[in-house]
Amino acid sequence: MSFMDRTARTVFLTELVSGLALTFRYMFKPTVTINYPFEKGPLSPRFRGEHALRRYPNGEERCIACKLCEAVCPALAITIEAEPRADGSRRTTRYDIDMAKCIYCGYCQEACPVDAIVEGPNFEFSTETREELLYDKAKLLANGDRWETELAANLAADAPYR
Amino acid sequence: MAEFWFTYLWPTLWIVLQILFVVLPLLLAVAYLTLAERKVIAAMHLRKGPNVVGPFGLLQPMADGLKLFLKETIIPTGANRAVFVLAPMITFILALVAWAVIPFGLHLDGSPIVLADINVGILYLFAISSLGVYGIIMAGWASNSKYAFLGAIRSAAQMVSYEVSIGFVIITVLLCVGSLNLSAIVQAQAGPYGPLNWFVFPLLPMAVIFFVSGLAETNRHPFDLPEAEAELVSGYNVEYSAMTFALFFLGEYANMILMSAMTSVLFLGGWLPPFNFAPFTWIPGPVWFALKIAACLFVFLWVRATLPRYRYDQLMRLGWKVFLPVSLVAVVVVAGALLAFGWMPHGG
Repeated sequence: MSFMDRTARTVFLTELVSGLALTFRYMFKPTVTINYPFEKGPLSPRFRGEHALRRYPNGEERCIACKLCEAVCPALAITIEAEPRADGSRRTTRYDIDMAKCIYCGYCQEACPVDAIVEGPNFEFSTETREELLYDKAKLLANGDRWETELAANLAADAPYR
Repeated sequence: MAEFWFTYLWPTLWIVLQILFVVLPLLLAVAYLTLAERKVIAAMHLRKGPNVVGPFGLLQPMADGLKLFLKETIIPTGANRAVFVLAPMITFILALVAWAVIPFGLHLDGSPIVLADINVGILYLFAISSLGVYGIIMAGWASNSKYAFLGAIRSAAQMVSYEVSIGFVIITVLLCVGSLNLSAIVQAQAGPYGPLNWFVFPLLPMAVIFFVSGLAETNRHPFDLPEAEAELVSGYNVEYSAMTFALFFLGEYANMILMSAMTSVLFLGGWLPPFNFAPFTWIPGPVWFALKIAACLFVFLWVRATLPRYRYDQLMRLGWKVFLPVSLVAVVVVAGALLAFGWMPHGG
């Protein structure tokens, strides 16, 4: 009986036909492609994109040069040099991230006691030269200023789970 | 002078014009077949497919063609230059030459619209499609590359295997028609029952075998072993670039259209409308023919989006141990039925 069953299936190409029917049905389903540069997918508040150094609302930079991020960075992408400022507070004189080394693990933002270094929602920062990916303090602070609204919103959204 | 014009020059010009009238739409169809393929497969994968170049990506084939045209043709050092350059031309020319005998419809006086209405049209088509393997073998050999050579060997073996069953399928159709002329084959499918008169229904298993063998003959999925990317990089055309590659590409797609045209002529009633009454008969024959070709091509693409590739031994098994005996038996059965029931064309 199973022999007849199998033979009938083979002769009438049932499996071929059911496969073809499946793809034919799929042809009329809506596509899942996002029209990327014009449409973008949703991002989690925890998304780890381009780095930024944040400031307090009064304009003072948050970073206190504790170098925890430099210590925790598994890719050794962060380089910090620090000395006391004229008013006696401890600040960085140099805060470099080699974005080509960075693995976007997010340990730096986890380590940061003052939420200064964060990874923002921006993932479109490709450059034409490698040198442009060697971020310095000014670039990171500028990123912080540019993305502050989104960064603050994301931190607030994620706060209940920390 | 006038005699020279009317006896030699004008007939030559006229046939050249007719050829252009067939070849230009064909090349356009080839270009848009590549787009249709990408769009159809994308839709079946729930993707969008090309949609950036022009509205709905309609200029994509032009962009692709321009790109290939502007690239440098690289001829490998170890290659046999003459054969290397000749191979894609042979493939491409053979894919076009076959169109000489395909009938597109009827003139008002009842004669077929065809470049050469020869009485052994189907034999000519069969011969030309068999020659197609030479382009591939030459490409594989002249490239002086292992991958290209293995791809060419596979392709040649595959095409030769499946031509046998295609031949037997064509014989069953010829038995029912009693003529090797393609327009006579189409005319024989006219009848009072509309599509039921087309050979696809009385000879359904033959039509399926013909179509599947056509897939193998044109090296299409699921029989595209010659260009199995995983093992052979790209098969017989690995070493080709720019226009030489483009000619192979165009040739392959022109062969797909030719196979669909052959399927339409042999099994789907060529230019005949599905029903022989008012709204259907208003549409001219060439349009019906084009629609039938398009339907066959859609199945080509559909199959590609659906089926996984055959293993080489499975391919050979299907060709020699399934299709060949089945089509051989079918020739006997059809011939016997025609004789027994007195259905022979020309009254036996």
